[in-house]
Amino acid sequence: MSMTITEKIMAAHAGKDRVSPGELINCRLDLTLANDVTAPVAIKEFSKLGLDHVFDPDRVVLVPDHFTPNKDIKSAELALCVREFARSYSITNYFEVGKMGIEHCLLPEQGLVLPGDMIIGADSHTCTYGALGAFATGVGSTDLAAGMATGECWFKVPESMKFIYHGKMRPWVGGKDLILYTIGDIGVDGALYRAMEFTGEAIQDLSIEGRLTMCNMAIEAGAKNGIIAPDEKTKAYVEKRAKRPYRFYYSDPDAAYAEVKEYDVSRIEPQVAFPHLPENSRPVSEAQGIELDQVVIGSCTNGRIEDLRIAAQIIKGRKVNPRLRVIIIPGTQEIYLQALREGLLEAFVEAGAVVSTPTCGPCLGGHMGILAKGERALSTTNRNFVGRMGHPESEVYLCGPAVAAASAITGMITHPEEVMGGAD
Amino acid sequence: MQIKGRVYKFGDDIDTDQIIPARYMNTYDPAELAAHCMEDADPSFAGRVEPGAVIVAGKNFGCGSSREHAPIAIKAAGVSCVIAPTFARIFYRNAVNIGLPILESPEAAEALKEGDQVEVDLAKGLIKNLTSGGEYHATPFPPFMQGIIEQGGLINYVRERMKDRA
Repeated sequence: MSMTITEKIMAAHAGKDRVSPGELINCRLDLTLANDVTAPVAIKEFSKLGLDHVFDPDRVVLVPDHFTPNKDIKSAELALCVREFARSYSITNYFEVGKMGIEHCLLPEQGLVLPGDMIIGADSHTCTYGALGAFATGVGSTDLAAGMATGECWFKVPESMKFIYHGKMRPWVGGKDLILYTIGDIGVDGALYRAMEFTGEAIQDLSIEGRLTMCNMAIEAGAKNGIIAPDEKTKAYVEKRAKRPYRFYYSDPDAAYAEVKEYDVSRIEPQVAFPHLPENSRPVSEAQGIELDQVVIGSCTNGRIEDLRIAAQIIKGRKVNPRLRVIIIPGTQEIYLQALREGLLEAFVEAGAVVSTPTCGPCLGGHMGILAKGERALSTTNRNFVGRMGHPESEVYLCGPAVAAASAITGMITHPEEVMGGAD
Repeated sequence: MQIKGRVYKFGDDIDTDQIIPARYMNTYDPAELAAHCMEDADPSFAGRVEPGAVIVAGKNFGCGSSREHAPIAIKAAGVSCVIAPTFARIFYRNAVNIGLPILESPEAAEALKEGDQVEVDLAKGLIKNLTSGGEYHATPFPPFMQGIIEQGGLINYVRERMKDRA
């Protein structure tokens, strides 16, 4: 019987030959993850079980990234709670400030998430790791507590939706534009409870960074997971990072899908999602000229080295428009160091942008760039909900790094071609 | 379990940032979270919500973040039950895990109005509008999830399972 990649990974971790959509199964976990906001609640629930150990201290990852470096006393106490738990339970993969990064940039980079894995994280963007051919999904703190205790989690096997991206991407179009376009097409609950499987020529053309960006936003369409079959690029990315065995799974050619969507990417312009839902995406040409107060380049969606290179290509040698603030946040210490060595950070600072330590910070209205009433930001992050980056009457527009960088120069939403010149 | 309370209506796609904005998530104290429950959807809600309140919302309730702070805030605010046509999947799991009753019923979500008095029989999944007299059925939980609910949440369920294995 044929299965999708998602079904195969679930079956393998449930100890079954096959599983079907709708079936309730119990799966063995390869990794569990929590951060400084969700871990304290999980630790409180975990403590009710009265255990003196977690299921495997090498497979519980704790990353204080949301409100760190600590933004206030209460946040410091949350971070302290996580730090003390990590010490008491000998958690090997606890990442202190100085080593930490934004969790979904950090875990792939450190080789902690691998193809064929079954991963839960108490963070909705855990679905990012599907880009490496893993099953990864976000859960709440209580599910995470149960996972830390037992190394298992129950799931309903999702139906799969297949997305086929044909053709070649236009200049300045990347993974962020493809996923914003897709969410614009199907809506914020267009893949509710389902697996989103991304395939096609354009997906093969995307770098691992671009694929991580796409799977990262599967949750914004309501999906349980996003997933991309591994290939040579995946192999090259993981073989130098992995410290344990991994396995490549592929969907059978005749696997069943609840729905198949096909797109010709050569027709897709760089995208901008208008407030207050990611489904409000439109071509950048329809957003040109919208004035901005702040630009943010970073986050678990677009805080990787490729994103910073694209931004620097546009910003280098130019000046940030004096009417706005530009905040650039490398996703991890390794990305920060790489950007430093390549001269990207120098280009940003000389242009008048600020470069922050890795943190989720402004993406969720935590710190490091909160908006006042009536202010408007353009951001490479993943959510533009009401009040997401600050005051309930502020606005967030979403885009990829190229549009963000071009707009940083002009002070209004701008097609990168306007700053860099056309391709022809 | 019988629930009786006043209906508070909300729209489609109410996300977890509206249920409990991240600016208040430097704590997980239920009472502190409850004071800001639904703040970015309706700033007056936390101040006027009556004990036993029933939130009736549109599709995809609880979309966005995995924050368990969202159902915790709703429960601690005194809300007895949430009714919607569909729930975002992480919110759905979280509500079951912490013991916040939720019911999927497109008919009830459509028909119930702000201020209506409703009675909910959770075991039967029956929703009665005491104001207008309508009756609606909710999609029942799968038996496995019913088990988690009957044990009083996931942690109790896991504790029993771990005992069985020991």
